Amino acid sequence: MEDMLLYDRLQFAFTITFHYIFPQLTMGLSLLIVYFKWRYLVSKIEKYNDAAKFFMKIFAVNFTMGVITGIPMEFQFGTNWAKFSELTGNIIGQTLAMEGMFSFFLESSFLVLFLFGEKLMGQKLHFLTGFLVFLGSWASGYFILATNAWMQHPVGFEILENGKYVLTHFSALFDNPWLIPAFLHNQIASIVTSSFVVAGIGAFYILRGKNIEYGKLFLKTGVVVGFVASVLLAMPTGDWNAKNVAKYQPASFAAMEGIFETEESGSEIVLIGQPNMVEKKLDNKIAVPNVLSFLTYKDWSKQIPGMDQFKAEELPSNVPGLYYSYHIMVGLGTIFIGIFGIAFILFWRKRLFEFKPILWMIMFIVPFPYIANLTGWYVAELGRQPYLVYGLLKTSEGISPTVSSGNTLFTLLGFVGLYLLLGILFLTLVGKIIYYGPKPLKH
Amino acid sequence: MEVFWYIIIAIVLAVFFVLDGYDFGAGIIHLFFAKTDKDKEVISKSAGLFWDSNEVWLVAGGGMIFMAFPTFYASVFSGFYLPLIIVLWLIMFRAIGLELRGQFPFQMWKNIWDKVFGVSSLLLALFFGIALGNIMRGVNLGGVENGISLYEKHFFFLPLWDSSFSPTSNTPGVIDWFTVIIGIITVITLAIHGANWVILKTNSSINYKLKTFVFRFNIILLILTITSLFIWDSINPDSLNNFIEKPYLIIFPGIYFTGIIGLFFIKRLKKEIQGFILSTLVVLGGITSSLAAIFPVILPSTNDINESLTIYNTASTNYGLSVAMNWGIIGFILLFVYMIIQKRLMGGKIDKMEYGHP
Ligand code: HDD
Ligand code: HEM
Ligand code: HEM
Repeated sequence: MEDMLLYDRLQFAFTITFHYIFPQLTMGLSLLIVYFKWRYLVSKIEKYNDAAKFFMKIFAVNFTMGVITGIPMEFQFGTNWAKFSELTGNIIGQTLAMEGMFSFFLESSFLVLFLFGEKLMGQKLHFLTGFLVFLGSWASGYFILATNAWMQHPVGFEILENGKYVLTHFSALFDNPWLIPAFLHNQIASIVTSSFVVAGIGAFYILRGKNIEYGKLFLKTGVVVGFVASVLLAMPTGDWNAKNVAKYQPASFAAMEGIFETEESGSEIVLIGQPNMVEKKLDNKIAVPNVLSFLTYKDWSKQIPGMDQFKAEELPSNVPGLYYSYHIMVGLGTIFIGIFGIAFILFWRKRLFEFKPILWMIMFIVPFPYIANLTGWYVAELGRQPYLVYGLLKTSEGISPTVSSGNTLFTLLGFVGLYLLLGILFLTLVGKIIYYGPKPLKH
Repeated sequence: MEVFWYIIIAIVLAVFFVLDGYDFGAGIIHLFFAKTDKDKEVISKSAGLFWDSNEVWLVAGGGMIFMAFPTFYASVFSGFYLPLIIVLWLIMFRAIGLELRGQFPFQMWKNIWDKVFGVSSLLLALFFGIALGNIMRGVNLGGVENGISLYEKHFFFLPLWDSSFSPTSNTPGVIDWFTVIIGIITVITLAIHGANWVILKTNSSINYKLKTFVFRFNIILLILTITSLFIWDSINPDSLNNFIEKPYLIIFPGIYFTGIIGLFFIKRLKKEIQGFILSTLVVLGGITSSLAAIFPVILPSTNDINESLTIYNTASTNYGLSVAMNWGIIGFILLFVYMIIQKRLMGGKIDKMEYGHP
């Protein structure tokens, strides 16, 4: 029983982590492609259309990977979490089915046209299909986050005598107070990923001394968008999410901030420290007094409950994992604002393209928004533990009753092997596209 | 309300098999018939452009089953755990094959992905057929042994096979000789369907040969279908009663046999689209007939202790189903708009079309 749960969780965590690598770029990049296409429509300068087409190539590969790794996610609700699906399908089935109906159909129908139809339909229509692809991918994020929001903060339902969760208020699924902050934060995070990728490729071209014209365009666009998005990510949306967690999941909030003991008045904010679960304290702590209370409640002396206030079984099962994930995300977020802030100022002063150190940094920072995004999700998901539906349904009660752990381990290993192959192929293909670059400018 | 969603889901899945069926079929044809590079290129393109928009029907159908019949979804997906994950891997391999073959200009690279595409299409068709066979045969709901249920009454677990490979053994597996026959029927049906698609969409040099193929395999299909009906009736004695009690249901097998009979005239058909329409009828008729035969059951139980799963005992509540109907109707209208736009812009032969490849 124990290892059944373990393998189910490992498999889910592994496959969703891998899946989420792709949609975060899809959602942000589609926006930037639409932007380039729009600039082309307005200015008729060929360069912008080439930029749009270049990123479409990367987009196409990335999208395919997203689709290929997304299908297992949907299957797994039934295969590995059968009890959970049976009990809550009435509710989360709504949002998942709506995702299929309203976003996957939209995306896939117009993506073919967008990729292959430029000559067939002319520029205006081509822009429109691009826009619809963007809309579809964002709708997909919206419905998935609505699903997740319900699991984090269940609303609009009742529990029947046989244990089933049934929907009573459809609209509650969408005005869930958890949804909008999470959606905005998540979408902006995906804009961060994509603008960092665009800027990184730009920096690479400039440093390599090839495709410089495009390099400048990519870098410029990436830096401006990336800087604005990084700021928005921390304030207001990150902050807003933190307040939600403090309000609705106080036990996870304590764990994520590393507050072991409740302070008399005003909580300190921890910058560095390693959770010591045996002695229930942080080792090597550096903290600033009272700031956390102020950030959360605009009140320097407001008391925030620490982990000592909760029963052991209400606390997240993996406190160090949660704590580190949170601090990695926030730490990276701060670094992003710093680096892109400097780049933005350099750009303002028209010195960005010559200043090599920052170009190198922008090139090598590309993997980090991915890490921040994934750790962000770990915060959300580890914070929800030990529940599947917060406060109500335990994770251990959700697994498939008939699937043995041997079977799950087998499929987990299979996924690991398959995804390794996929990962290698993906990197090769994208590497090839970046290496060849956009087609040379006609002069 | 249950019936409404049942019909919608049946339509979505049937559309999936018609649409994705042709690209599975194209894969099978590709594996066995495509010899020249040009043909390989064109056939994989005829599937490659469309597989994603076709596969969405499966994803959407899955989502709808989850929403409307959660108990069924939970029971079937966990009960057929291994075969489903294998299907999943095959779907993934097939997509990789299609998407990657054109990425590098080496012959060896292309050959590898062509084989991946062909073999996974073949196996997928087989597995989907086997799945259908399992639903027709029924499963040991509740995992009853010696009169005692091992699980809750709507759960079960099937191994891939049981050493006897017999549908009537005490512990039948997913693969037994009955389900394999249904699997082969599916493979042949989809191969015929795919051949008609290739004929319709391309000017490849093998189109003439394909017509002969369709004709010959159509004969085998007819024989196998009739045999399987007798077998089904002997395994599951009242499986055909629905057609006797509600004679109007005969329309579904009617569609199926119209398609088969029409295909015997494949060589004399004036227009290529006619062949494709006929094989579409075969696919549609085949699926709807199997569903109609067991309606309102969706998963028969092979023991007498636990009742079969029906659309009534696995459905969500009425409230959920009826709000879903509201958005479902809007969704379908949008969907048809997309389809019309897409088909208008992408009709015609593939090899004559010049797509601005990105
Ligand atoms: C580039 C990625 C990225 C960056 C730099 C940040 N975040 Fe974040 N964060 C995410 C990417 C992300 C995410 C992956 O998108 C999450 C996971 C779930 C969600 O909706 O967004 C998330 C969730 C998330 C949550 C919700 C946790 C839960 O649901 O339990 C909080 C409280 C924060 N973030 C707070 C912040 C703060 C204060 C940041 C300050 C800089 C910050 N995030 C930067
Ligand atoms: C809305 C989308 C999502 C839903 C519905 C969802 C649902 C689930 C479910 C059912 C589990 C398994 C049970 C559990 O262990 O709690 C889980 C665990 C997990 N998910 Fe999510 N998830 C979503 C998004 C994500 C994303 C995007 C990521 C990361 C990139 C993620 C990371 C994880 C991790 C790491 C676990 C394992 C946690 C653990 O087992 O302790 N999730 N999620
Ligand atoms: C457990 C949770 C999840 C499930 C069941 C799931 C399911 C799927 C499926 C089935 C697909 C393929 C669709 C197709 O066939 O076209 C897909 C793609 C996609 N998913 Fe997920 N997904 C999950 C998590 C997420 C999360 C957390 C996000 C973002 C917030 C996301 C965003 C997308 C997007 C934008 C696409 C389409 C573009 C792309 O594939 O890159 N998904 N997902």
